[in-house]
Amino acid sequence: MLWCCSCKTTLGSNFSPGMRIASSPGVDRGDQAAMTAPDTTDHTNAPKTGVRSVIIGVALIVLAPLVITGAINLQQFQKVYRNKVDNEFRVMIERHSFIVDSFIEDRLSDVRVIAREHPIERLKDPAFLRQALNLMREEYHGAFVDLGLVNEDGIQIAYAGPFNLELADYSSASWFKPVFANESFVSDVFAGLRGSPHFIVATQRRVGNETFILKATIDFESFNALVEGIRIGHTGFAFIISREGKFQTNPRFEVSLNRPPYEGILNGEIRSDRIIVVDGENLLGRPSIFAFAPLKQGRWLLCYQQETADALEEVRKVVRLSIFALLAVASVALAVSFFVSRNLASRFAEADRERTVMTHQVIETGRLASIGELAAGIAHEINNPVAIMVQEAGWIDDLLQDEDPTSQENLAEISRAVGQIRTQGDRCKEITYKLLSFARKTDPSVRAVSLNDMVVEVIGLTSQKTRYANVQIVTDLNPDLPEIQASPTEIQQVLLNLVNNAIDAIDQPGGTVTVVTREEGDAVVLDVRDTGEGIPEANLARIFDPFFTTKPVGQGTGLGLSICYGIVEKAGGSITVESEIEQGTTFTVSFPRESPRSDQSIDSNSEREEP
Amino acid sequence: MIEPSVLVVDDEVQFVETLVKRLEKRGVKTSSAHSGQGALDSLAGSGATRTDVVILDVKMPGMDGLETLAAIKEAHPLVEVIMLTGHATVESAIEGMKHGAYDYLMKPCDLDILMDKLNAAATKKREHETKILEARASLISLRRGD
Repeated sequence: MLWCCSCKTTLGSNFSPGMRIASSPGVDRGDQAAMTAPDTTDHTNAPKTGVRSVIIGVALIVLAPLVITGAINLQQFQKVYRNKVDNEFRVMIERHSFIVDSFIEDRLSDVRVIAREHPIERLKDPAFLRQALNLMREEYHGAFVDLGLVNEDGIQIAYAGPFNLELADYSSASWFKPVFANESFVSDVFAGLRGSPHFIVATQRRVGNETFILKATIDFESFNALVEGIRIGHTGFAFIISREGKFQTNPRFEVSLNRPPYEGILNGEIRSDRIIVVDGENLLGRPSIFAFAPLKQGRWLLCYQQETADALEEVRKVVRLSIFALLAVASVALAVSFFVSRNLASRFAEADRERTVMTHQVIETGRLASIGELAAGIAHEINNPVAIMVQEAGWIDDLLQDEDPTSQENLAEISRAVGQIRTQGDRCKEITYKLLSFARKTDPSVRAVSLNDMVVEVIGLTSQKTRYANVQIVTDLNPDLPEIQASPTEIQQVLLNLVNNAIDAIDQPGGTVTVVTREEGDAVVLDVRDTGEGIPEANLARIFDPFFTTKPVGQGTGLGLSICYGIVEKAGGSITVESEIEQGTTFTVSFPRESPRSDQSIDSNSEREEP
Repeated sequence: MIEPSVLVVDDEVQFVETLVKRLEKRGVKTSSAHSGQGALDSLAGSGATRTDVVILDVKMPGMDGLETLAAIKEAHPLVEVIMLTGHATVESAIEGMKHGAYDYLMKPCDLDILMDKLNAAATKKREHETKILEARASLISLRRGD
């Protein structure tokens, strides 16, 4: 069904990109913290199962009552309709049995009238018989074939009809004896002397001691047409059988009388002295409805049979219609539930994701803060011994000044060694300073920040990394750059992430990372440009998404740029990215310039004096 | 060139001893103390007139640099104080400057820079003293009606 297909394709297209990205190695677009990438797949899978279960739930709630009421209604309707069909069959077969009975009765009475009303001398006159036959034929459209008068011995003494049957001997005919017994008689259909199917209506006439029989032959075709005309639907047809199981009319379709229900009827297992309607199977094995009505005081049976499906065609139409309606309603309900639940589920997923990002940000901040405190403590403790060492080296240097240069051969070498101690001590000092300045407690308080100073500081921090990566960092800093209002530690984090990402993006030696600060209208703009491999179009749109990373498992959380984005947004700025494959990537961060009235704090001034 | 008289205050004894030696070698009269209280005692004992500049570590157990600074400035307003700090205590040093310290330096410091600052601080102190002496002289002469 339509909605089913659409649901599958939407789900597929929704989630395949996530899978692709999780597995594709490539540019490094996250931060360095060691968190595991499987998070990504977890978070894309969760909404999928959520959507599915919600859809299934809603579908069940919506569809179950529909299907149940539909099924009950249909069943009730079928039952009622079946009763109606049975009744129709009864009425129909009753009417037709009446018609057939009347037909036979009328023919018999016609013959009876002729036999009673006219003197026997006239009946013996073939000319009179011919006249009477013609009259009857005119009236009954040829139902009568011939008319004959038979004497007690069975000899036809007068005849009118198309055959030459005068003086034919009927003493051994099947109808001959019953006529004597019953005064009048209607025979079964038989071929008789003429070889074509017909039946006889006969009545006796007594004249003194003599008994004559007036017999008429009824054309089979006209009688057959009478029954064959009973037809309903495509498979309904009627025929007449005798009690002995002989066909009195031609059934339109083949019928076997050795099968139920005919078998039961004929051997008397099923009573058939009144109208009955039974279920069974026809010769083709299809369920059918059979109806029987007794004719000729039960000597014949009017049979009618029709395939159930055909008889209940109306029911099937209704069933089809209601199934169609049910499907239509169900599809609408499903579509609505699908969209509603998908919408809901995606909102839940969104909220879930946001909460996870928040949690991670809190963890990240806390982690950085504690690392900062630890580093500050260590740096401070190391700083004091280093100060003493440098001091002592300086003292040695002082003392060496007083020595006679000629008295000690190794003076120059000692002097050089002391100088080296001081140089290395200064290096230690620098490292501890950087560590301290970076690791100072995360301070979200907003103040005037010089972006240029931050850039210089961060580049100093990454110098080790650039050396190993063989990357050159070029800066183009606008010296008249206005200060911005932001948290120094947060801006430091943004810069560190961007610069580190830029360095990571360069996988060939000799790349360049360019950091530019400039003014653009009312904004203070920072560009971090690398000559790396670039970011594919497909990834570009997701680059600020939390947990999006192309780094190998365990090397990136996919939170770095997302946190940057959050920080920059909070500072009222914006962050954009442009990338060209094999050319490089440029991240552009734009901050609103500091409002002129805000005073510059002593802190930011003095910090610029730091060595 | 004036010869400043200096008091070095730091709880790191080794650091103080070497610094004293190096300063002495450069002709600076130097004494030392290893705590805030020790510094105050030393100043009180030797007489403020004989100490021009105090080199004061910010981070010390007990009485810390800022407290010591306040006490020195109260007892001996003319004595100049140069704050000595590790990086993590820069904020304290800045705070100290707001409360009358002459300057601050970060450990480990280059001795030449320290010498410059010492001389500058000592000159400032001497100038203050001269001005005060002059003011007193003019006051006395005013009284005498010269």
